[in-house]
Amino acid sequence: MTDFVKAARDFISGDAHADRVVPPSGITARLTTFVSGTMAFLTVFALALSLASGRLATRWGDDLAHSSTLRISAPAGQVAEQTAVAIRVLESTPGIEAVRALSSDEQRALLEPWFGPDLPVDSLPIPQLIEILETDDGYDAAGLRLRLQAEVPGAILDDHTRWRKPLEQAAGRLRLLGWLAIGLIAVSTAAMITLAANAALAANAQVIGVLRLVGARDSYIANAFVRRFTLRALTGGAVGTILGLGAVLLLPSAQSAGGFLTGLGFQGAGWVWPLLIPPLAGGVAYFATGAAARRTLSESL
Amino acid sequence: MIELENTAYSYGGGELLSEISLKLSPGSFHFLTGPSGSGKTTFLKLCYGALTATSGQVRLFDQDVRDMTRDDHAMARRRIGVVHQDCQFLDHIPIADNVALPLSVTGRDSLEHVADLKELLQWVGLGNRASSLPPELSGGERQRAALARAVIMSPDVVLADEPTGNVDWEMSQRLLQLLIELNRMGKTIMIATHDMNLIRAAKAKVQARVLRIANRKLQLAGADL
Repeated sequence: MTDFVKAARDFISGDAHADRVVPPSGITARLTTFVSGTMAFLTVFALALSLASGRLATRWGDDLAHSSTLRISAPAGQVAEQTAVAIRVLESTPGIEAVRALSSDEQRALLEPWFGPDLPVDSLPIPQLIEILETDDGYDAAGLRLRLQAEVPGAILDDHTRWRKPLEQAAGRLRLLGWLAIGLIAVSTAAMITLAANAALAANAQVIGVLRLVGARDSYIANAFVRRFTLRALTGGAVGTILGLGAVLLLPSAQSAGGFLTGLGFQGAGWVWPLLIPPLAGGVAYFATGAAARRTLSESL
Repeated sequence: MIELENTAYSYGGGELLSEISLKLSPGSFHFLTGPSGSGKTTFLKLCYGALTATSGQVRLFDQDVRDMTRDDHAMARRRIGVVHQDCQFLDHIPIADNVALPLSVTGRDSLEHVADLKELLQWVGLGNRASSLPPELSGGERQRAALARAVIMSPDVVLADEPTGNVDWEMSQRLLQLLIELNRMGKTIMIATHDMNLIRAAKAKVQARVLRIANRKLQLAGADL
């Protein structure tokens, strides 16, 4: 570890002479910094999307996995009676922690987004909903259905599996897509930096020729280019990350509007992830330029 | 040091050099002559491994060039000072830094050699041009700077391609004297030149062999026949 730190420190502090052998300016310098900055900016968003999807998948997975709903559709005169029976059955079922029949107000609130606030719940044949909270071990859904079928004919048990799984899968896929986007951004960055490095190496053919003539090793020549490109990518990556984080912070907060998109961002330890983007951009540039330099140098005597 | 055995070099389907055999011993002094386009530059490039012979063998410091790694080539070039006809430099750094480049790439602190560098630049008449950039120099000044760069590491061998082509007689004598001094220190020198006056002047001061490339082959020339 100490050796790695020393090597990294030496690499960053560099060799003043080696740094000077490559001409300091050129379009490739600006291109590398710009590409790294842009890619870092996009990576911040891909990361935010991935982390938000991850949180969503966890929430749906954990929260909804321990709750179920019993719906009682019965003629108006029998609803109260069947509700009472259902509650008794549920309370005596192992694996169920709590049972609660939703009030008219709660049911109205559930329907409000679709029908508006003045819905006359009492005069409509709306099924009675019973919220079931499970213990960690859960209950035997098949057994419970059989009991309910016998004792409460109008009861339909929804353990959320039917719609929770696809949502969980969708959130998981979205998270995967975020990571895939980050991978593609890294590969694209490597490709762009390789192109820029190749252009720089081609433009500096005379520099390479002179260095070889005076006995410079390939590693010396390659390092002069690699260090420059790595530092440019590091700088671009840092600027892009800062701008990306700024843009994420400017998104509306989840509390003010609600919904998935407004929850896009970083929370808690998630803030550490974006800090890894600039060193990763530098790492991509380090390996991409190193490979390009070694390939170019190996083609000449 | 440098040894060529039955070496040939072809390019673009035509043979430029053939049946070249030569051994450059330590402390020897050679001139290489021949008409323009006869292959003098190609021969020098074979001698420091910038070109690979198409047949025959080239040995640098007892190593077959074909068996040398890229690092071996770099190490060999540190022992061979080369002056090209077109004198390539790093155009964005001052001429003093260009001359000190062989020290830099070998990891030697050029600050420790400031006095040597200054003296060398004075010797080649570039004492007042140390901070100039290469494009600001005349052809003759560039040649002198290239020679200074070639000798700053006190290499075992100096290969110079027309090193006095663009300088006046007085300066060419001065540069020749520098090479003669190196030769007296045991260094091997090979100069490709058309300048017969330079060869005559050198032969008056040092034991030098004159080689000639004609019809793709290397021969002893003139008085050395």
